[in-house]
Amino acid sequence: MSNQSSKAGSVLEAHKLSKQVSSPEGTLTILSDVSFSIAAGESVAVVGPSGAGKSTLLALLAGLDLPSTGHVVLNGSNLSTLSEDGRASLRAESVGFVFQSFHLVPSLNALENVMLPLELAGQPNARTAAREIIEKVGLGERWSHYPSQLSGGEKQRVAIARAFATEPAVLFADEPTGNLDSRTGANIMELMFELNRDSSTTLVLVTHDQVLAERCDRILSLDVGKLVSDTRAAA
Amino acid sequence: MKALVFALRSFGRELRSGEVLVLLAAVGLAVAALTAVGFLTDRIGKAVARQANEVLAADLRLRSQEPVPQEWRDLAKDYDLETADTLSFPSVVFKDDDSALATIKVVSDQYPLRGKVRVADALFGEQRAVDGIPATGEVWADGALLARVGADVGDTLFVGELGVRVAAVLTYRPDQSIGFASLAPSLIMNIADVSQTGLIGEGSRVAYALLVAGDEQDVADFNEAIEDRLPDEIRVRSQEESSERAYSAADRAQRFLSLTAVISLLLSAVAVAMSARRFAHRRMDTVALMKSLGATQGFVISVALVQLLLLGALGVVGGSFIGFAAEELLSRILIDLLQQGELPGVGLRPVILACSSAMVLLLGFALPSLIQLRNTPPLRVLRHDAMPPAPSRLFVAGLSLAAVAALLYRSVGDPVMLLILIGGIIVIAGLLYLLGRAMVSVIGRARSGVGVAWRYGLANIARRGRDSAVQVVAFGLGITVLLLLTLVRTDLLEGWRSTLADDAPNHFLINIQPHELEAVRARFEASDIDAPVFTPLVRARMSTINDESVKDREYPNEDGKWLANREANLSWAAELSSSNELLEGEWWPADYAGPPLASIETEAAENAGLKIGDRLKFVIAGREVEAEIRSTRKVNWDSFQPNFFIVLSPGALDGMPTTYISSMRVADDKQALLVDLMRAHPSISVIDLGAILEQVRGIIEKASLAVQAVFVFTLAAGIAVLFAAVQSTIDERRFESAMLRALGAKKRTVFAGVMAEFAALGTAAGILASAGASVLAYLIATRLFELPYEFSPMLWLAGVSGGVFVVCISGYFAARSAVNSRPADVLRKVNT
Repeated sequence: MSNQSSKAGSVLEAHKLSKQVSSPEGTLTILSDVSFSIAAGESVAVVGPSGAGKSTLLALLAGLDLPSTGHVVLNGSNLSTLSEDGRASLRAESVGFVFQSFHLVPSLNALENVMLPLELAGQPNARTAAREIIEKVGLGERWSHYPSQLSGGEKQRVAIARAFATEPAVLFADEPTGNLDSRTGANIMELMFELNRDSSTTLVLVTHDQVLAERCDRILSLDVGKLVSDTRAAA
Repeated sequence: MKALVFALRSFGRELRSGEVLVLLAAVGLAVAALTAVGFLTDRIGKAVARQANEVLAADLRLRSQEPVPQEWRDLAKDYDLETADTLSFPSVVFKDDDSALATIKVVSDQYPLRGKVRVADALFGEQRAVDGIPATGEVWADGALLARVGADVGDTLFVGELGVRVAAVLTYRPDQSIGFASLAPSLIMNIADVSQTGLIGEGSRVAYALLVAGDEQDVADFNEAIEDRLPDEIRVRSQEESSERAYSAADRAQRFLSLTAVISLLLSAVAVAMSARRFAHRRMDTVALMKSLGATQGFVISVALVQLLLLGALGVVGGSFIGFAAEELLSRILIDLLQQGELPGVGLRPVILACSSAMVLLLGFALPSLIQLRNTPPLRVLRHDAMPPAPSRLFVAGLSLAAVAALLYRSVGDPVMLLILIGGIIVIAGLLYLLGRAMVSVIGRARSGVGVAWRYGLANIARRGRDSAVQVVAFGLGITVLLLLTLVRTDLLEGWRSTLADDAPNHFLINIQPHELEAVRARFEASDIDAPVFTPLVRARMSTINDESVKDREYPNEDGKWLANREANLSWAAELSSSNELLEGEWWPADYAGPPLASIETEAAENAGLKIGDRLKFVIAGREVEAEIRSTRKVNWDSFQPNFFIVLSPGALDGMPTTYISSMRVADDKQALLVDLMRAHPSISVIDLGAILEQVRGIIEKASLAVQAVFVFTLAAGIAVLFAAVQSTIDERRFESAMLRALGAKKRTVFAGVMAEFAALGTAAGILASAGASVLAYLIATRLFELPYEFSPMLWLAGVSGGVFVVCISGYFAARSAVNSRPADVLRKVNT
């Protein structure tokens, strides 16, 4: 464990992150020299056009992938010094995810999907805790349904319940409304911000949607792999 | 524990979704085939062992061609042992005008010393064990014998000159020969009656035996005491020796069945590997998700392992059940062959074997996919194309070869067969793979000249490169096995049958005394039948080989030892028989009159370790003859001519007690001649080869039926491979079909494209399977069965058309859901 460079109050820090991949056309730089720090409880939107490197940044911040150079400190731990299993354990403790394409386990029902991260983190009373939060997202009646029996909006509610179930320090959301119609999307975002306020979780939201981005405390703009602006909301 | 809970929770759902059915079916089929054969061979083994213990009807048997002298009987008494006497000889039994060849078993009071005789009071009546032997003037006769002469209990039969009353139907005697050897039905007669039959005289083929039984130690002491004192004419046989031979006979039968089971197992292995790959692939998204939620690699692999083991367990239970049912069926088919009223029950051994085989199968063929699954990058939740690194090919190949070798070695046993099998499979697989790759490039170029459906289908093959090649390999292997088990098997049987000439002799005359030769010849000439050739037969015992006692000598194998130690039938000839082929050395001139020379049958020479120049000494009625081996011969036993392992030069056996044998073809309408002949010369035995051939044919057909029952598993396993192969591409197909239809393609066009793809795959697989099956068939025919092999165009026709047909039909059922699903559903389903 290393927390040599963690700033007071910050829960997530990116230090000179770069990511290169090799392709038939030669080495491709997806991210270059990105640094920032996010304080606990902050909500941050990451915006930028397609191919700007938003998803890659998210993957690096959550420890799903490792940077070519630079490092990420998540909740006091330098991810580059951890093994894959170490990063997984850290995620179990302090990270939640909401994905664009929901990513529910098709063989588990709604309740079991929510229980999954609780059980992985070794929490007792996983079932009770999961029931509680699934009520909170408005699916109390439908907890026993399988993903194939749920609508897109309902699936995303299950995913949100799953993400908040472990009361993570950081919640990563990757285009959470990308696959939903605008009304359902708006409802979903309402739910997310509400839960975020209640649990004082740090939110990192990758989005195309400028309106959505502006509801966050802070906006990081990426373009062609570089951090081009870091603005705080007026409010 | 967490992993276990999670695995169990999602397992039921996985099962219901049908995704794992092919994997389950593959494991189940392998287990079913193995248990069916395992149970069966276990039961046959036990039946044989039980028979072997009784096969002497004693603990020790002293056997001789002459009556056993009283001194041995007295000696046995000194050791507190029980004794009984038996004589057995072949003879024709008459009832009115009907007659049939029987083994006459003459027994004294105490018979049998071990085991029980079972009889029934009427044909097909309920059998019961009896103590004691038939009363004088009465016999117990085998049902088959009674049926042949149209007699029943209470009727009078003639054995030689003596009329005897049938008191009961003989259903079992402990010392009846095992399996196929004893073709003539038995008749048990009291020893007090035998002299009145007039069948016992000089030169008649009577085997005398003194049975001995008692306390194990006493028997051993007695055996030791007589070992060095017994004259050469008397041979001792103990239980161990009998069971050894009995076991080896059963062993061969079991191997044949095991081989069939092994082929099913191999196909199942291919299906397991393919469906395990899909099993892992389907889980990659879930694994990536679980990893992103914080699951460790250990957790991931535990979940997959638990689910795989659960699948294995289900497969084992289901497979054992099916296997057990199949075995019931098989044992009913085979029960006659074993000549036992009832087969002994089985232990759990076959189930344990099947379980461990299923586990070896899963480990060898599913483990690589699981290990790959473990390494799924969590990044896959964001980028769907993020794949785990493929497992090392060396590791995959090594693991599966090790598993195959482990499974094969136990089942096949015979290294030659194993090598032919593995070699054939590897060669065909390699060829198929090369063709698959070649095809891909040819198709890549050919597809510009065809219509849209074909272009789509052929493009699919070309694009899936390696996978297409793998599918061709799987289809090809499946079809190869199907061809081997159907056409090749039939061809081989036909080949054997066609080696039996139409004018082949259908009767053997044995035990013709020299003074009867003229009378017999005259009888045939009077009936316009070509006078048969009479071949001399002299009974001898080999005493030394190159001055070394045959008892002390080492032999390459048991058959050779038996050959050298048993009572030998010798003959002499001036010219080489037409059914013989000289292999090495020289045949003597027709007018040869020098010192005795010998010619030996090549396999016998090999088994006994004999070569040209070796000197064989024989004892014949107290006189010695030594002959030098001058040549080796190959004998065509299927000619049904009288043939001998050892033939001596003219003059070598002059003055020795000689009988003659002959074989001939007697048309059905002249059979009366044979009845007259037997009446006039009761000591001559006539053996009806037609009846024996009929019996052999029956045995082969029943054995084939049993193999075919196991073959059903092979067929099912082959189809499982096809399904696994198609299933492994089903997601892609579903998506492509939806895309094409979204772009405006008609369902029929998409479907035609899929069929074009399968037809091309099936053709390629069929061509190579036909080639592979031909090569294997050639090897099996020439190396194992020594039959000529003829190129069979039917094989190719069936291989290619069968390949197209089977692949298209299976492909249709496997892929139709992809073609039929609504494009909107498929395209939306990308998000779960």
